[in-house]
Amino acid sequence: MTDIVNDFMQALLSLDRVSARNMIADQSHRNAPIAFIEEVVVAALERIGAGWQAGTVALSQVYMGGRICEELVDEILPPGDPERKDQPRMAICVLADQHKLGKVMVYSLLRASGYDLSDYGTVSVDDLVARVQKDNIEVLLISVLMLPSALQIKKVREKLTDMGLDVSIVVGGAPFRFDDQLWREVGADAMCRTASEVAAVIRRVTGGGVA
Amino acid sequence: MNQPPMTSLQRVLTTLAHKEPDRIPFFLLVTMHGAKELGLSIKQYFSKAENVVEGQLRLRAKYRHDCLYNFFYAPLEVEAWGGEVIYCEDGPPNSGAPVIRNMDDIRKLAPPTRIEEIPCLSKVLNAAGMLKKQVGDDVPIIGVVMSPFSLPVMQMGFDRYIELMYERPDLFDHLMKMNEEFCVQWANAQLQAGTTAICYFDPVSSTTISTQEMYRKTGFHVARRTIARINGPTATHMASGRCLPIIGDLAETGTAIIGVSALEDLGTVKAACRNKLSVLGNLNGIEMRRWSPEKAEEVVKNAISQAGPGGGFILSDNHGEIPWQVPDEVLTAISQAVQEWGRYPLDWVKGDR
Repeated sequence: MTDIVNDFMQALLSLDRVSARNMIADQSHRNAPIAFIEEVVVAALERIGAGWQAGTVALSQVYMGGRICEELVDEILPPGDPERKDQPRMAICVLADQHKLGKVMVYSLLRASGYDLSDYGTVSVDDLVARVQKDNIEVLLISVLMLPSALQIKKVREKLTDMGLDVSIVVGGAPFRFDDQLWREVGADAMCRTASEVAAVIRRVTGGGVA
Repeated sequence: MNQPPMTSLQRVLTTLAHKEPDRIPFFLLVTMHGAKELGLSIKQYFSKAENVVEGQLRLRAKYRHDCLYNFFYAPLEVEAWGGEVIYCEDGPPNSGAPVIRNMDDIRKLAPPTRIEEIPCLSKVLNAAGMLKKQVGDDVPIIGVVMSPFSLPVMQMGFDRYIELMYERPDLFDHLMKMNEEFCVQWANAQLQAGTTAICYFDPVSSTTISTQEMYRKTGFHVARRTIARINGPTATHMASGRCLPIIGDLAETGTAIIGVSALEDLGTVKAACRNKLSVLGNLNGIEMRRWSPEKAEEVVKNAISQAGPGGGFILSDNHGEIPWQVPDEVLTAISQAVQEWGRYPLDWVKGDR
């Protein structure tokens, strides 16, 4: 399996959609699609994310790799397929700024990992809190680029607490990479240094209850 | 016999020649803090050249740094291209919806011309002229351009720009031609108005964002063509992105200084740059918000010990803009630490770096 993961990762890094698609086709008739996704796709994306963290992989490769995987996984596991994981109820957003690359990457990577989740786009604090309540969201993923946006997460946490909503907040984005204490300060439950950490972090904050 | 202290410009020019001046030059790249000094909102502050001039002069008097930073806000250039600027109360203005909404818009796009007649740009040019009248040749006035290679992040959004680079090289080349033309005009207008040097912000070239291979095919050539046409010295700033693997390439673009990330080891970067580029950096602006004065002193000492010996180093933050949330006490502590520990010769620094 290690070699397949490595080959799949290399195909993604070189944007070789054809090879990546062929590997999925070769494997998916032997295993259930969700098993292949978890054992190969997620593992390859996690390695790419670790490479970005270590400085050996560029963000453009992380983004393009995630996008290719999202397309390929949609082919073998279409949206709404019963095998997709729709628990816990999750939503993702960009808070208070227009920089959506991080959100797009996490959304792609989670969908490529077989999850379904709501995409709220760019939202203000009040809009976000209202939507979380309405949709009964259990895990809220917030992406930011700017420090002031990161600091607004504190208001999100306070409002959710005031409303008695038990929501796990997972944060990511540049300010958190440059200050490893910031996620606690804003009341998040966890932070992701890279987009591809997010599936593992979700499993952790939900007590490993996700398949 | 004691030498008189150097002017800020003499200090900077000496270090750029990879020699040791009287002390480490210090660029405190404060922008929004000027609004605090004047008791204005960030939006009010950037609405007039006179405010920025007054703010920069007050900040330099307060923190004794070695430049005036005539940078208003990052989306200024997309504003000139017809884009929207969104102000907030506690941070830098942000760009609004992209001016390039789909790939086909690129063919229809025309770069702004008559730079001096565009209100948002003319404010900056006026400020450069006023600052120059105030300080003459004693203090470098730093102007800013977004690199043609990095501007599309604000023109069209980061995700679609990455797709453009990989999937539409024809449109990418077309966009670069327009952006290069605008960038050169904008940089040269600032130099003409009194700016001493141009900071060429190019985070997309950093290895945080682009692969080395991609950079060599794209951002490198864009930078080399553009910088060759800018009529003054340039500093390339990675705005927190990593650059160690491409330092040799960056030197070949014609830039004199590289602004480096807190995520990279400053001593290693300095060694790679030796006699090729001067290093600007790399205090962590995000973390700086919660530093104690003691922590600030420790970080400054560490940076000086790693990169100060031999010149070729300007102490600064790692992003090119100090966050609004960084308190004055921290900036004062940084300034005091430079004055105390930045005097050459750096006898207190152990070992040969």
